[in-house]
Amino acid sequence: MPYSPLLVKPMRDELTAIGVQELLSAEEVDSFMNQKEGTSFLIVNSVCGCAAGMARPAIRVALENGTRPDRTASVFAGQDLEATAQVRSYMAQIPPSSPSMALFKDGELVFFVPRHRIEGRDAEAVAKDLTDAFEANC
Amino acid sequence: MGTFHQNKGELHGITVVVETHGPEVFVGRCDTVTPQGVILLDGDRHSDGDDGRSKEEYLRQAAQFGVWKKYDRLMVPTAEVVSIRRLSELGA
Repeated sequence: MPYSPLLVKPMRDELTAIGVQELLSAEEVDSFMNQKEGTSFLIVNSVCGCAAGMARPAIRVALENGTRPDRTASVFAGQDLEATAQVRSYMAQIPPSSPSMALFKDGELVFFVPRHRIEGRDAEAVAKDLTDAFEANC
Repeated sequence: MGTFHQNKGELHGITVVVETHGPEVFVGRCDTVTPQGVILLDGDRHSDGDDGRSKEEYLRQAAQFGVWKKYDRLMVPTAEVVSIRRLSELGA
């Protein structure tokens, strides 16, 4: 059963407050992914406290420091079901993982952070991985 | 902001690899470690050679991208368990 939207709202707000676009439908995902030129950073947000609680602060740190992708968006797993399924269709070779993060360059997946690379780490360590990927690709 | 988990031990909610005395290895989200065994959620089980992949190759791919969930719940009996470690400890 999905969590209450009221519970989830602060977790959405953590990302929208730093300029992350929310994608709520499959059409919005397609529109975002069809912008192939440059770099697109796509976040699968999640309620999970074991990983998402670190992922969101890490994203904020990475996006607020230096090099950043041309576009950044998120879907919320377990909430925006259609949008999340559509995101996963662009990464069909990768097992579903939430939270997770993907960086696309000119439409190609160049960097992926699955949930297990977030679990148990602090936000600074995850942010460092993201910053390194942004600097290498953006 | 996180969510709310009961105190089920330090590996609760963490994706782990459970190695066994036999050819099988298990990967999943650890729920609890009990005297009877390790309970994993949303997990997978691989036996050396399944799908033409060695256990090492399976774990290498798992470390990179995770695993496809094949079981909602798995219980690995304590007598079979050699080790439990975080999947993130394996080099991707």
